[in-house]
Amino acid sequence: MKHDFIDRYARLESPVHALDPRAKTIALFVIIIACVTTPPQDWWPFAIYGALVLIIANASKLPTSYLLTRVLVVLPFLLVVAVFVPFMHEGGPTFDLGLFSVSRDGLLVLWNVTVKAIISVVCLIILSSTTPFSDLMRGFERLHVPHFFTTVAAFMYRYVFIIVDEAERMKRARDSRNFRARWLWHARVIGYMIASLFMRSQERAERVYQAMSARGFDGTYPRWTESKMFAADYVFMFAVAATAIAGRLAVLWT
Amino acid sequence: MDVIPIAPQVAIRIVDLSYSYPDGRRALNSVNLIVHRDETVGIMGPNGAGKSTLALHLNGILSGQGLVEIMGLEVKKKNLREVRNMVGLVFQDPDDQLFSPTVKEDVAFGPLNQRLSPEQVDHAVSRALAWVGMEGFEDRSPFHLSFGEKKRISLATVLSMHPEIMVLDEPVSNMDPRGRREFIELIDTLEATKLVITHDLAMTREVCDRVVVMDKGEIVTDGRPEDICSDRLLLERHGLI
Repeated sequence: MKHDFIDRYARLESPVHALDPRAKTIALFVIIIACVTTPPQDWWPFAIYGALVLIIANASKLPTSYLLTRVLVVLPFLLVVAVFVPFMHEGGPTFDLGLFSVSRDGLLVLWNVTVKAIISVVCLIILSSTTPFSDLMRGFERLHVPHFFTTVAAFMYRYVFIIVDEAERMKRARDSRNFRARWLWHARVIGYMIASLFMRSQERAERVYQAMSARGFDGTYPRWTESKMFAADYVFMFAVAATAIAGRLAVLWT
Repeated sequence: MDVIPIAPQVAIRIVDLSYSYPDGRRALNSVNLIVHRDETVGIMGPNGAGKSTLALHLNGILSGQGLVEIMGLEVKKKNLREVRNMVGLVFQDPDDQLFSPTVKEDVAFGPLNQRLSPEQVDHAVSRALAWVGMEGFEDRSPFHLSFGEKKRISLATVLSMHPEIMVLDEPVSNMDPRGRREFIELIDTLEATKLVITHDLAMTREVCDRVVVMDKGEIVTDGRPEDICSDRLLLERHGLI
């Protein structure tokens, strides 16, 4: 079965792909933090963050259509916020839109959520799409993210599709026997499927552990490659971080 | 005394080994077996005969009553590291064996656990991948590979540890005919004492020097492949044809 990996474009060749995962992680997280802490009244710091993100995205050679479809994940959340905008009446002048009216502060809330969500999500998409998953995890480890989290994430990346495949096969076998959803016993069959999926995963975990033990695994995860940060990594990291922080600090002084 | 001196030609010595599963089901019933160095022994038998259970005793993943010795070293907690360096187990489902995000990390896993230096690990990885004809796959994710490719990489993950003894659990099950043929040829080129668990008669005939038939947790016959594979009555009685 064919699956869409989060690091599908991670092996393209571009200046962004070539950067050390740590440099990318730090630079992009600085943008995110600067962005979400900026008050929404001023639009121009967001223009700075947006420009930074656009420049990096452009340099990364990720297909635009791919970026756009990935950004769509924030849409449901924005819609939820948008639905409530007409009910926020306090603050600022109101604008009459026929069926309902919106206040300036209501729109500000929407703008705030929208711009911050989109910039943050694009940052994360760039990070996860330009770095092979294993390198990303190793980068996180070097940044002192606990081994437990990176190991669990690495196992999940490896096995989630096998579990999805298993579920898919089970579903096909079930549907081939003319299963049709009727309320009560529908739920029961789904329950059985989840239970059996859990059992299978449990058994697989057991076998994977045996296979690891057979190769001398004693509970500590061995590492051997040491990646180095080069001048270009430092330049990128400091240039991006400094620009984002400058944008954030400028708001304080004006 | 921990180590019983025996002739170094004996790779595996199993004396009166019994094992019951936690639920009480008896999986092995006083098994005795000696495998000499550089021998290739086929272990045949129907499903549930105890073949895989026996294999898991060879490096101490399971431990029952009785004695198991690898190259003269008793398999017990104290010796596990040495034993696991000497016995390479290739599991049936390559998705169980390959758990790392990239092929390279998986092949390096054993050597890293052996605490080799980075250069030695690199060397072991490239040599093992070359041996199974999978050079250039270092950075691929195991999930992207075909079944046959995964099987080869699984073999490489054990070869990289340079084991004296290779235990292959159902090495060619679920493979297409060409993949099967190529894999059998590959197994034949491995320089190690080999234990091949299978119910593939043709493969047994091709690669094995000796065949042991197991049924219901016991060894029922031990002989030359051509004799056993032509004994219809025996094969039928133990569900092999």
